[in-house]
Amino acid sequence: MSDADATTAGTLRRLWAEDAVKIAALLLVIYGAYLISGLVLGYSIRGQLNSLASLTFYIGVFATLALALNLHWGYTGLFNIGVVGFMAVGIYVMAFVSKPLYGTTGAAQVGGLGLPIPVGILAGMIAAAILGLVVALPALRLRADYLAIVTIAMSEIVRFTFLSSTFQQFQFPALSGETTRVGFGGGSGLILDFPDPLLAFIDVVGLSGAYDGLVAVVGSVVPNNPEPIVHSLVYGVVLLVVVAAYFWLLKRTGESPFGRVLKAIREDEDVARALGKNTDRFKIISFMLGCALMGLAGILWLMGQGAVTPNFFRPRLTFFVWIALIIGGAGSNTGSVMGGAVFAAALYQGPLYFQNVVTSVFQPGEAPSSFGPAISPLISNIDPMPFLLYTLDSVRQLQLVVMGVVLIWLMHNRPQGMLGHRKETAAAIPLGRRGGGAGRSDEADSEPTPQTDGDGTGGAADE
Amino acid sequence: MSKSITRTRPDVSDTPLRVEGLTKRFGGITAVDGASFEVERGTLTGLIGPNGAGKSTTFNLITGMLSPDAGTVTFDGDDITGHEPYEIANRGLVRTFQIARELGEMTVLENMMLAPKGQRGEHLWRSVLPGARGSVRKQEAELLDRVWETLDFFDIEHLAEEYAGNLSGGQRKLLEMARALLTDPDMLLLDEPFAGVNPTLEKRLLEHIHELRDQGYTFLLVEHDMDLIMNNCRHVIVMHQGKILTEGTPEEIKANEEVIEAYLGGDV
Repeated sequence: MSDADATTAGTLRRLWAEDAVKIAALLLVIYGAYLISGLVLGYSIRGQLNSLASLTFYIGVFATLALALNLHWGYTGLFNIGVVGFMAVGIYVMAFVSKPLYGTTGAAQVGGLGLPIPVGILAGMIAAAILGLVVALPALRLRADYLAIVTIAMSEIVRFTFLSSTFQQFQFPALSGETTRVGFGGGSGLILDFPDPLLAFIDVVGLSGAYDGLVAVVGSVVPNNPEPIVHSLVYGVVLLVVVAAYFWLLKRTGESPFGRVLKAIREDEDVARALGKNTDRFKIISFMLGCALMGLAGILWLMGQGAVTPNFFRPRLTFFVWIALIIGGAGSNTGSVMGGAVFAAALYQGPLYFQNVVTSVFQPGEAPSSFGPAISPLISNIDPMPFLLYTLDSVRQLQLVVMGVVLIWLMHNRPQGMLGHRKETAAAIPLGRRGGGAGRSDEADSEPTPQTDGDGTGGAADE
Repeated sequence: MSKSITRTRPDVSDTPLRVEGLTKRFGGITAVDGASFEVERGTLTGLIGPNGAGKSTTFNLITGMLSPDAGTVTFDGDDITGHEPYEIANRGLVRTFQIARELGEMTVLENMMLAPKGQRGEHLWRSVLPGARGSVRKQEAELLDRVWETLDFFDIEHLAEEYAGNLSGGQRKLLEMARALLTDPDMLLLDEPFAGVNPTLEKRLLEHIHELRDQGYTFLLVEHDMDLIMNNCRHVIVMHQGKILTEGTPEEIKANEEVIEAYLGGDV
């Protein structure tokens, strides 16, 4: 292991073992595929940029959600199938806090508390965490599957609560002391009429000039109204930064004595308790943290969309996140990000893209309007074309079928996910073979000083 | 440390564990029926009895995995009846399981690193915040040294990076005892530590237990193998149908007619 060849080979292997390299390579492949199919479709630059922006958006939201779910399921073994409930509480509470007071703007039926957006985001995350606590306290004492039942029921309760006319609008004391008309808008939805969060954020960090410059640059290529394109691209980049922040946070959480106890709980909770760990405390903290992160993901998904309706938060969205996590491989943060990206690109956005590409390449005729005309030529004179056209036309409906097939295939053939049976070491220092007692303790003493938060490298190299 | 010695020494005398009138019913079955016994400090005490005598249930009652319907458990002079398992473990009374319960998807090193008490990094904020993590890493390095020493002691250091799920039955038993030891216990409750262990490993495990006992650890041992108990324990407690049938030195037990009858199923 000490000769020069082994060192270079080792460097290359370590480079590939570096999680960031794997993720970057995957993203390059995905973006490349989208750009090429964009060329096939004959997209304008505007179209290309828009498709990249929306792809980035979905990669960002699914990666953050998969990371948060990985903390619950991958690390702690908590079977949470109520992800949407925490997302909904996040965005609704954020809207409640940050929408302007009733009457100050024209369009909205109800107002909010008129507090700044960061306060709203924080309140949304805290509310999601508290909901997590309320759900967890009774359910964690029961067997694991009961948590699943409680969480999915909770997510539906949340949806129906926001749908109900009782909470559509009501009076609530504002900061000034007087009551003001607030509410969740019921089934018709809630208009998110606070200032554009991205622009406000850019303004606060003092990058307005750079943003305007970017708009001007893009404007030189796309003359007609470049601002929305830049807006969605920049928002996508912000989401990727959030993914990186989640990753950093959860990696540190996992690679620590705290994460070790979580792993032990997943493996065998009785053992952890017999070794003196107060497992309830660890489970509750892990669950609340994950719920807060899901709440933030909900906020980031919807706060720029202009409005939110309760029926966005149907349980199937929870299962999308689960599919993303299973594709990537539960238990691995890198896998969660990659699973989120693959799910967003291939299963969520992919089928529609596929439909567009096929339609534009083959220029087929009109698809049959229903199943009967689609299937009868196939039977009468073995002409599959109408059936294929009909299938292509129904891609949006078939998307769920495709997801189901992929899920079944994965469970049969690769239950451990993309990265294989990967286990990230749960320790704050690399747990390697001892190179002599003195050497090890020297290394450990000197390490924290030069690289305060560069501990990812050692753990990854261990794989 | 000195505080706990002055607190515990006088009244604890030589019986860290005292069980009185312990009773546990499951529906109509009384699994443990008024069991009372004491374990002497620094000894290897055996708890024997035929299948279904209530030995494992007694262990579960002592360590808080089950709460008793009646009776008390006293450890180091404090009443620990019905306390949470983690509280009891943190007091220094640590158990192993009848069927070794390794954490299969974790390496041997991770299994071992889990055990020590008072880990700073078990508080999430310390593990996450950039300024605080240095102290966590420092403690981890110290723990790792201790883990290697313990692995050396049990002769399983060659398995350190193996996943615990890949270990043989006997190696799992070693791992489980090594892991329990890293919690700094005063007393260990071993539930059939030799079940499924080959004779060579059994001999080594016994040597370790004797060595640890000489260092001052106290052991309570559930075991089926009469010869093993008779040859290694100074004091033997016999359970039968949830009750303490008798206790005494191995010689006394061997000579006891009731014990022989219980094992041969004479009066069941």
